[in-house]
Amino acid sequence: MSDLRDLYQEVILDHNKHPHNFGELNGADRHADGFNPLCGDKLVVYVNFDGETITDVSFIGSGCAISKASASLMTDAVKGKTVTEARGLFEEFLSLVTDDNAQIDLDALGKLVVFGGVRDYPTRVKCASLAWHTLRAAVEDRHEVVTTE
Amino acid sequence: MTTANVAAVETVPFDVEAIRKDFPILRQQMRDHPLVYLDNAATTQKPQLVLDTLARYYAAGNANIHRGVYELSEKATVAYDGARLKVKQLLNAASSREIVFTRNSTESINLVAQTFGRQHLTAGDEVLITHMEHHSNIVPWQLLCEQCDAELRVAPIDDTGTLQLDEFERLLGPRTRLVSVVHLSNSLGTINPVQSIVEMAHRHGVPVLIDGSQAVYHMPVDVQALGCDFYVFTGHKLYGPTGIGVLYGREDLLEKMPPYQGGGDMIQSVTFEKTTYAELPNKFEAGTPHIAGAVGLGAAVDYLRKVGFDGIGSHEADLLAYGTEAIADVDGLRLIGTAAKKASILSFVMDGAHPHDIGTIVDRDGVAIRTGHHCTQPVMERFDVPATARASIAMYNTRDELDALVRALKRVREMFPA
Repeated sequence: MSDLRDLYQEVILDHNKHPHNFGELNGADRHADGFNPLCGDKLVVYVNFDGETITDVSFIGSGCAISKASASLMTDAVKGKTVTEARGLFEEFLSLVTDDNAQIDLDALGKLVVFGGVRDYPTRVKCASLAWHTLRAAVEDRHEVVTTE
Repeated sequence: MTTANVAAVETVPFDVEAIRKDFPILRQQMRDHPLVYLDNAATTQKPQLVLDTLARYYAAGNANIHRGVYELSEKATVAYDGARLKVKQLLNAASSREIVFTRNSTESINLVAQTFGRQHLTAGDEVLITHMEHHSNIVPWQLLCEQCDAELRVAPIDDTGTLQLDEFERLLGPRTRLVSVVHLSNSLGTINPVQSIVEMAHRHGVPVLIDGSQAVYHMPVDVQALGCDFYVFTGHKLYGPTGIGVLYGREDLLEKMPPYQGGGDMIQSVTFEKTTYAELPNKFEAGTPHIAGAVGLGAAVDYLRKVGFDGIGSHEADLLAYGTEAIADVDGLRLIGTAAKKASILSFVMDGAHPHDIGTIVDRDGVAIRTGHHCTQPVMERFDVPATARASIAMYNTRDELDALVRALKRVREMFPA
């Protein structure tokens, strides 16, 4: 079993305390609501596009350190990417946090690799993936609240 | 046959170390630490007596109850009815006919809502609850109110988590048909003044259901002294098995209520033209019940009464006072639920650390607490928190375990400075 520091890496604690791209995006092209009923985490993800490219993305909400840091690092990671690239990144991210045996493209994930420790905490996978599910709903223009249940 | 002898209960002096030995699960190591189990409000652990009783029932006593003419069936029937008698004595009900076995508190409440409620509510009527109810004492009434075009009224609580009794009384009106309140709040620890509530409601001619899920394993309950009309609890919080619960209902009310579910065992005679229903309490126990669960619950009641509520009460009160003071030592920790009358629950939030992170971190030290809304979302909203961390105490907990909790919370503080 891993050490707690594998889960709560410095980068995660930093982003929890000082999240990037935190705030509403006025007049955003799309937005979606995410909710984790298990722990009460709530967030809204806003996205702007130029064609297929995500030009800007932000979030607001409250949640545990894992969910907040994940949202923060996600917004950094997908900004400037195309929708297809962002989808690919989400797939890689899900493998990282759930699959022990996956061939993971560490280069593609970049800073997101700090969430590798989540794999040892199955109850926390939902925290790490909530922002991503919500981003996907925003991109797909789905209006129902995304829940992790 | 139904009046199995139950010996007078002899209690033994309260000795927490001896009690701990009765609970095999507590000997476990969790993540290389002794298990510190502080999630008792969710479910309690089971004493060896309950485990042995369950095993013995299936090994030597299992048969379907009622109607069997062979000895084993008679034995199972005696065991099942004997368990009912033990519950009757635990609650000091007037008769075993007033004790209905259900799956859990939730089912007991739904039973009352869908029988008594459907019978008595019409459009414009009201059901009165409090702001501190568990979802299981909210949603069944919402469903009922939708069905009857009735209204759910909610009595407020103050910033300590205490019911505002004057407001409660103000909400008792000419249209109130039922009051349903929690005895001991699972997310705040508040003990409600159920005696006064019953008196108030009865002055207005309104019957009262008390949700005793959290209360029955901490304090003695006497339904006749309380004068309540219904009292519900679940077996698995009372050191018994899961899947077995209890509805106490006053006999005259139960008599007049229609059945909840139809099926075997709840009938007197069936023809395609007309069915007549069984006597109490069988009228409300359709189908083969959870016989083993009831028998196991009976054993849990025996165990609880042997330990005795005097000892349990003073030990748990000491732990609550000790724990309340000890966790105040953690920087930036705030208790949610500080009522003058409370028991067993330490619900809290910490600046800069989300409850979910708190739960994960203390788990590394073998400390099991619950984090989340505890099925009381309106309480979370009332206190403007998304969730709390909750340590809940049972008879087998110790001061050392609360020290372990506080040490673990200080580790949380190191990782998440206030």
